[in-house]
Amino acid sequence: MFDFLEGYDVLGAFWTTVQLTALSAVGSLVWGTLLAGMRVSPVPLMRGFGTAYVNIVRNIPLTVIIVFSSLGLADIFGVTMGASDDFKLQGFRLAVLSLSAYTAAFVCEAIRSGINTVPVGQAEAARAIGLSFSQSLRLIVLPQAFRAVIAPLANVLIALTKNTTVAAAIGVAEAATLMKTMLENEAQTIAVGALFALGFVVLTLPTGLLLGWVGKRMAVKR
Amino acid sequence: MTEVSVAEEDAVATDELVVLKSVNKHFGALHVLQDIDLTIARGEVVVVIGPSGSGKSTLCRTINRLETVDSGTITIDGRPLPQEGRELARLRADVGMVFQSFNLFAHKTVLENVTLAQIKVRRANKQQAQEKARALLDRVGVGAQADKYPAQLSGGQQQRVAIARALAMDPKVMLFDEPTSALDPEMINEVLEVMQQLARDGMTMIVVTHEMGFARSAADRVVFMADGRIVEQAVPEQFFSNPRSDRAKDFLSKILHH
Repeated sequence: MFDFLEGYDVLGAFWTTVQLTALSAVGSLVWGTLLAGMRVSPVPLMRGFGTAYVNIVRNIPLTVIIVFSSLGLADIFGVTMGASDDFKLQGFRLAVLSLSAYTAAFVCEAIRSGINTVPVGQAEAARAIGLSFSQSLRLIVLPQAFRAVIAPLANVLIALTKNTTVAAAIGVAEAATLMKTMLENEAQTIAVGALFALGFVVLTLPTGLLLGWVGKRMAVKR
Repeated sequence: MTEVSVAEEDAVATDELVVLKSVNKHFGALHVLQDIDLTIARGEVVVVIGPSGSGKSTLCRTINRLETVDSGTITIDGRPLPQEGRELARLRADVGMVFQSFNLFAHKTVLENVTLAQIKVRRANKQQAQEKARALLDRVGVGAQADKYPAQLSGGQQQRVAIARALAMDPKVMLFDEPTSALDPEMINEVLEVMQQLARDGMTMIVVTHEMGFARSAADRVVFMADGRIVEQAVPEQFFSNPRSDRAKDFLSKILHH
């Protein structure tokens, strides 16, 4: 019944998906947090940059960003991510870069909405006691903001997991690339489709449930 | 505007700690602070009273620049308030502030609330900071709550922690912005007692409050504000028994005859 699986490394493909997701999640969380910091910063130039970045990047289709990273960044500008000979590795790294850059815009907005849930008195108290702007943000505001947006961030993470399939457009050997190959070669198209659908649900369902639970537990009591 | 009348027992405290000179501030069309001149001497306890909307909270918040002013100068211990940045942060560390809504850091324990700025601003080591924090928490009577989170404490306890948090920085002056206005009546006294003890210990204090009893018993001077101006200032007995301005008479008649 499952002989259509023979000769395909389904687990390997999903492992690549997991790696793409995990690395991009870290990248987008770091970059998205920095962007959120810029958007609430007292420096107009930083605020302007953060706002422009978010509004441009979140409105460009991910496919365009990923394809541009390969055809534009790598082929024209020579940004090969330290892997100019290894096309596979280069594609993987470009995909992580693109996914991080794209997802960061959504992470930024989730965190910014979290910052808005922190009462203004918290930041005032932080400033009044002598903390600098960046200390207030790092020690007082962001920790509370994060706890308020764990559930929305879980949404972003789930979307990111599924968005990694767009990396197929530049030939990264993740789940969707393998699915395409199998659909071309095998007769059991419904079974193949169901298998990959199930694979993504297995990845994302626990993420959502776990982070939903963590979000409730970590919520700041006021 | 009347001259500052200083009670005789304060004659030793001649040193000017906080000086506001012709300070003006607008909120849009509202001229919330109008030509405010106010000098607070080291060790002096000044209580600011007045009807709501008179600008007293705003006045209090301009002193550590939580509110900026449109014109005029504010100096603390001889140094003018700097622009936003490192230097302002350093100055704010020397000015303790207690808010109406406590504003304890909700994600940190009581002890962490009191040690945080010692460690991050004063660069104290963790152990020293904790020792000092516990001593201060004992002093304000909430030592047993050190490991709880703010939301687990009553309002009165939270406000006393907030006072300890401010004191941990060894401030030169303490600002109290209606510290008891958000408290249930039975908790007001526990906070006022801590403040009275502070006043007796010689802390320089600027207190915006509606607690006339506190003003009478702890203040060296009462400043009465209305409509963005300092209308009258005097020692408490004089102000409460014999107010000079009609505005103050009117205000006192409304609050004292109950």
